[in-house]
Amino acid sequence: MAAPALERPTTTAGAQTITIAKALNMGLRASLERDPKVLVMGEDVGKLGGVFRITDGLQKDFGEHRVLDTPLAESGIIGTAIGLAIRGYRPVCEIQFDGFIFPGFDQIVSQLAKLHFRSQGKLKMPVVVRVPFGGGIGAVEHHSESPESLFAHVGGLKVVSCSNPVDAYWMLQQAIECDDPVLFFEPKRRYYEKAELDPGTPPVPLFTSRVVRAGSAVTVAAYGPMVRTCLDAATAAAEDGLELEVIDLRTLSPLDLDPVFDSVRRTGRLVLVSEAPGEASVTSEIATRVQQECFYSLEAPVLRATGFDTPYPPSKLEEGYLPDLDRVLDAVDRSLTY
Amino acid sequence: MSPEQWTRPEAEGADGPPAAIAAKPTREQVIAGLRATSEGGADLVQLLTPEGQRVTHPDFDIGVSDAQLRDLYRDMVLVRRADREGNALQRQGQLGIWVPLLGQEAAQIGAGRAMQPQDMAFPSYREHGVAWCRGIDPTELLGIFRGTDHGSWDPNSMRFHLYTIVIGNQCLNATGYAMGQRFDGKVGDPNGEATMVFFGDGATSQGDVHEAMVWSAVYDAPVVFFCQNNQWAISEPIERQTRVPLYRRASGYGFPGIRVDGNDVLASLAVTKWALDECRQGNGPVLIEAFTYRMDAHTTSDDPTRYRLADEQEAWKLKDPIERLRVHLVREQIADQGFFDGVDAGADELAARLRDFCFNMPEPPPERMFSEVYAEDTRQLAAQREDYLKYLAGFADDAMAGGVR
Ligand SMILES: Cc1ncc(C[n+]2csc(CCOP(=O)(O)OP(=O)(O)O)c2C)c(N)n1
Repeated sequence: MAAPALERPTTTAGAQTITIAKALNMGLRASLERDPKVLVMGEDVGKLGGVFRITDGLQKDFGEHRVLDTPLAESGIIGTAIGLAIRGYRPVCEIQFDGFIFPGFDQIVSQLAKLHFRSQGKLKMPVVVRVPFGGGIGAVEHHSESPESLFAHVGGLKVVSCSNPVDAYWMLQQAIECDDPVLFFEPKRRYYEKAELDPGTPPVPLFTSRVVRAGSAVTVAAYGPMVRTCLDAATAAAEDGLELEVIDLRTLSPLDLDPVFDSVRRTGRLVLVSEAPGEASVTSEIATRVQQECFYSLEAPVLRATGFDTPYPPSKLEEGYLPDLDRVLDAVDRSLTY
Repeated sequence: MSPEQWTRPEAEGADGPPAAIAAKPTREQVIAGLRATSEGGADLVQLLTPEGQRVTHPDFDIGVSDAQLRDLYRDMVLVRRADREGNALQRQGQLGIWVPLLGQEAAQIGAGRAMQPQDMAFPSYREHGVAWCRGIDPTELLGIFRGTDHGSWDPNSMRFHLYTIVIGNQCLNATGYAMGQRFDGKVGDPNGEATMVFFGDGATSQGDVHEAMVWSAVYDAPVVFFCQNNQWAISEPIERQTRVPLYRRASGYGFPGIRVDGNDVLASLAVTKWALDECRQGNGPVLIEAFTYRMDAHTTSDDPTRYRLADEQEAWKLKDPIERLRVHLVREQIADQGFFDGVDAGADELAARLRDFCFNMPEPPPERMFSEVYAEDTRQLAAQREDYLKYLAGFADDAMAGGVR
């Protein structure tokens, strides 16, 4: 059964300047209000409001049966969410940190991804798995990883990542409304960045990418935390008279590459940016598809600025590991030398 | 200890620990206990001896009418015949693999017949007998093993989930479903709902099974964990999975665990009925260890002569679940030759129907690969389907033009 359609606007509040963290909290609240079948579940999501406080206050207002403080077991969180979905619920699972999703990986790829296909459509799996991901916060190991490509590789899953408060608010509600399992990657190092959100403004569709800054020299595409970095790089480049076009990919599976193709046909150049290691990743996939679609428009090979193909390093080294403004601009410069 | 006491974990403490634990058994004694035959285990619930003698049990006795006894017998014979036919079809190359249930008919029919229509079952992959009780026609199991589908029934309307191959996964899925039953307010009265999940002795080593027991306990989920201890996980014996009898593990999670003679359909029925009722009333979860034996290979790809002794199998033959009920029916004059002949004729018919169905199963069309991957299809997938079908159509043109690939 489908969730009740998003009504717009959902709140009476007007425009406000809020963080991504607050926007996610508001998105969860709106979904919990809209549909009594929506559940929030995870470690510490109740009384504490989650280690990032994304679920702050929800258990107080919706009760322990809607917002579940679970035992400490990721396979348990995903595995029981699957059973609850079979029963007609729409669970939103929180995985505390990226590096801890692996105990739940089996349930995600073996059951969650496949049950719709295996049952020939008789079982729907409207489960959202929220994952605060990525580095740059000086954390200990297992707290800074970018495992999104592993999930994009799995048929039956959908994978998205938000980069700003407006998307955070809407994309989360849209993901909860979706009858397919959605892995929802939240840029944890951007949680406290602010922007203006007007809940009265209608959202863009969930599984689409978007040009967030227009330009004609080089196309730069990124998702999640790297969108901010690319926008900053574009501002810096503009000071030197170079206009970068920045695309926020937003959806990693299914990919929405039409805006990328359009842009590359105009600029002839593409730089892909991600924190995740480049090997066998979402960015490799995009590079392949762009050379298939835009072969005759390309003035330079598709270049990338990504994390290295290593385990995430100790945090004293992460500044070098993570693509920053300079590495993005370096890739842009290399693209322009062809 | 009565079932009432089992529902209160602290009651066990009041009685003091079970004798075996208090005595601090040696490792050898523990293993000996594990290997205890169905006559040997002191805690084993049994209502029908291997000789077909009806015995009573202080806590689990049930009244079963003559007609019900005959039905249970018929169920077991038909399910065994369907299973043997599945095996034969694999040997004839009609099925890629078959997972035999031989020897486990009583455990599965007892548990399956204890379920009410409103209950939900989560099977592993050997639960052909439970499927039968849920109204899944055995023909619907063939596609899984022939490779035409992953299960063709509607899990929601049949209240029987798809077979789960990844060991242990279904225990968590069942627990989540049972949590939903509780959230929906379907627990707490005699007509409430319960969930039963089926898994093997090997599965008890999996984290998911442990997690499911933790979760079901802390959420009071109305779930019956039905472990068929058939002594082997492919070639690994039960001693390779545990140092304590499996049913005892339940006390560590805070709910009752019971070992039942899995070759005794009456005991299996009685204990499972009690456990499901406990769940309905809101006193779940419950762990049942059905002590049984896998008489055939693990699957048709397995070679049990490499790891187990013929002696062991011979000993278990004497405890055959169907034979003991047949002897009982004859001795008590509950069934006559006409009845047995009728059941056998029904079994022959079922086998023939299965064979026929198997020979005539259509291959899935290539577009099935792309269908129902998502509730909301993706453009990429639609494009891949279109490309692939076009590519295939190209060969059809070649064939029509007499072209050679
Ligand atoms: C996670 C996982 N690991 C390994 C296997 C391969 N495998 C299939 S059945 C089996 C043994 C299972 O034994 P048990 O749980 O006792 O169930 P039984 O088949 O005896 O009923 C194994 C190792 C699997 N299906 N899933």
